Amino acid sequence: MGSLLGNYLFRWLIKQLQDRSEPIIVCIIYICGWSAILFVIAIFLFVFKESLPALTGIETEIAVGEIEVEQLDLGEFTTSPRWIPESAKKPAFGILALLVGTLSVTVFSILLAVPLGLGAAVYVSEFAGNKTREILKILIELLAAIPSVVWGFIGIVVMNPLITELSGEAVGLNILNAGIVLALMSVPIIVSVSEDALRAVPESFREAGLAMGANRWEMIYKVLFPAAKNGLLAAVLLGIGRGIGETMAVLMCTGHSVNMPTSLFDPVRTLTATIAAELGEAVRGDLHYHTLFLIGVVLFAFAFIINLTADLVVKGIRNQGNV
Amino acid sequence: MSKPNVNNPFAITANEVRSRKVERFVCFITLGMTWTLILPVLVILGFLFIKAWPALSVSFIFDNPEQNMTAGGIWGPLIGTFMLIIVSLLIAAPIGILAGVYLNEFARDNWFTRLINLAVVNLAGVPSIVHGLFGLGAFVYFFQMQRSLLAASCTVAVMTLPVIITSTKEALASVPQPFRVACWNMGASKWQTIRTIVLPNSISGILTGVILQVARAAGETAPILFTGAMISSRIADSGWASMVPYGLEDRFMALSYHLYIIATQWQNVPESFKYGTAIVMIGLVIAVNSVSIGFRIYLRSRKKW
Repeated sequence: MGSLLGNYLFRWLIKQLQDRSEPIIVCIIYICGWSAILFVIAIFLFVFKESLPALTGIETEIAVGEIEVEQLDLGEFTTSPRWIPESAKKPAFGILALLVGTLSVTVFSILLAVPLGLGAAVYVSEFAGNKTREILKILIELLAAIPSVVWGFIGIVVMNPLITELSGEAVGLNILNAGIVLALMSVPIIVSVSEDALRAVPESFREAGLAMGANRWEMIYKVLFPAAKNGLLAAVLLGIGRGIGETMAVLMCTGHSVNMPTSLFDPVRTLTATIAAELGEAVRGDLHYHTLFLIGVVLFAFAFIINLTADLVVKGIRNQGNV
Repeated sequence: MSKPNVNNPFAITANEVRSRKVERFVCFITLGMTWTLILPVLVILGFLFIKAWPALSVSFIFDNPEQNMTAGGIWGPLIGTFMLIIVSLLIAAPIGILAGVYLNEFARDNWFTRLINLAVVNLAGVPSIVHGLFGLGAFVYFFQMQRSLLAASCTVAVMTLPVIITSTKEALASVPQPFRVACWNMGASKWQTIRTIVLPNSISGILTGVILQVARAAGETAPILFTGAMISSRIADSGWASMVPYGLEDRFMALSYHLYIIATQWQNVPESFKYGTAIVMIGLVIAVNSVSIGFRIYLRSRKKW
């Protein structure tokens, strides 16, 4: 009897909870829904906050109040290729060489990845049968699944000996190495976004092209490419974003020396790798520490602009589709 | 242009022959490009596996690193990665799934929703090292979690949130509208409809997203570099303490960081150990991804609408 009553009470309680909790749950859902905006703002604010003393020269400590700290020379920061943060006499904080390092690796990887990725997307979306398409897509997803630190490891143990063997250079950790690794890493996103773009072109476009007597290739590059150009552009942009933001693989493959590169076989250092390698040693509250966060702000800004552009460009396709 | 064949007007002309050649050529080239991407990676994976073979054994997985990582196995880092995955999942999954529910079920099509979607896209595009900086500034220092498993998990959770949100949203969108309308007509409220109709019908899709999050969390290094990963810690070799060696407050070893350290920073580590660690990581990630692919295929075969 007691257990029956207990059982009944328990069920009644659960039911009350389920019925009455609706406003609370809906409220939680709203908060979670807005959380994405919150996190993006929080990321910017926290990274910016840690970099602020480098810009203003004033650090606010809760216990002490405002203290004067060393200020960063912004002119040097943006235009000097000298990055010598640990020098006791005269440290230098110029990110130009790092920026050039990031750009050279990214540009080289994009030059490799875009043609290959686009070719693969065309094959997967236009020529492959259903079975082949599924298998190829799974294999390309496999590329995306390999963690970046493993890619870096591959760069060291596979590409490095291969490059020294083939080119005769003493060390194979350079732009070429990092660019190839980065190309393989950014191919999955390029393939999947451009394949989506190609498949979003209505079937009637293809039929019209073929009916006019074009062969498949003429149809692809005279009908599909122009119709899907926004999506293809977005794919390239996302590939670039991936390249600029990649950390571990470029840290391990670029050779990690601050350098204005003149050839593909020069080692460089990137913005991301600098943060990853040096933040562990930088003393909190130091100019070096704040400057590394400022590099983080620069990277955040890059990523934000690229993603915003890619998003606007993709919106462009949807609007076209409605017409 | 050749002359048309008088006897058979449908006979293939030289022009068509050339056109078909071009077509076959392009098909061949693009197929070649696809394999240029895939084949080297398969060969490299095979190479890594062969080099790792001498190290791979049961004890390699279940032993702790010993003697400055030159002997023993990878149990400590492996269990650290598992704990990182689980804690970050506990944080990211509820927020991500509910955010997906909001975007698909509650949000109206207005500028604010577009702003949220844009934020999700941007969150996905923020470089992983910037997430690491954020974790250091926010969780480690501001919320005073110190460098710990909890701080690292929070950082990874924020980073993987967009994956879960996007896939949940897609999974919910694939539930047909009439299902919801029927439920509303029975007198159910919005949340009752979501709980009893929408979520059960889209659970496979949601799980796929969660699993992808797991794969990403398992592989990332940059966000945990400064938020909690450590090179080496003493942990018990057996018993309960070896199964759950790290508390939320403790710093921990992780597989990705371990590989980075033994591949670049540490001397005298046997070659096969590095390859072995890489292979275990790849194996883990591929296993997790296969589950997600399996789910997708199952989902497609089971769909009745």
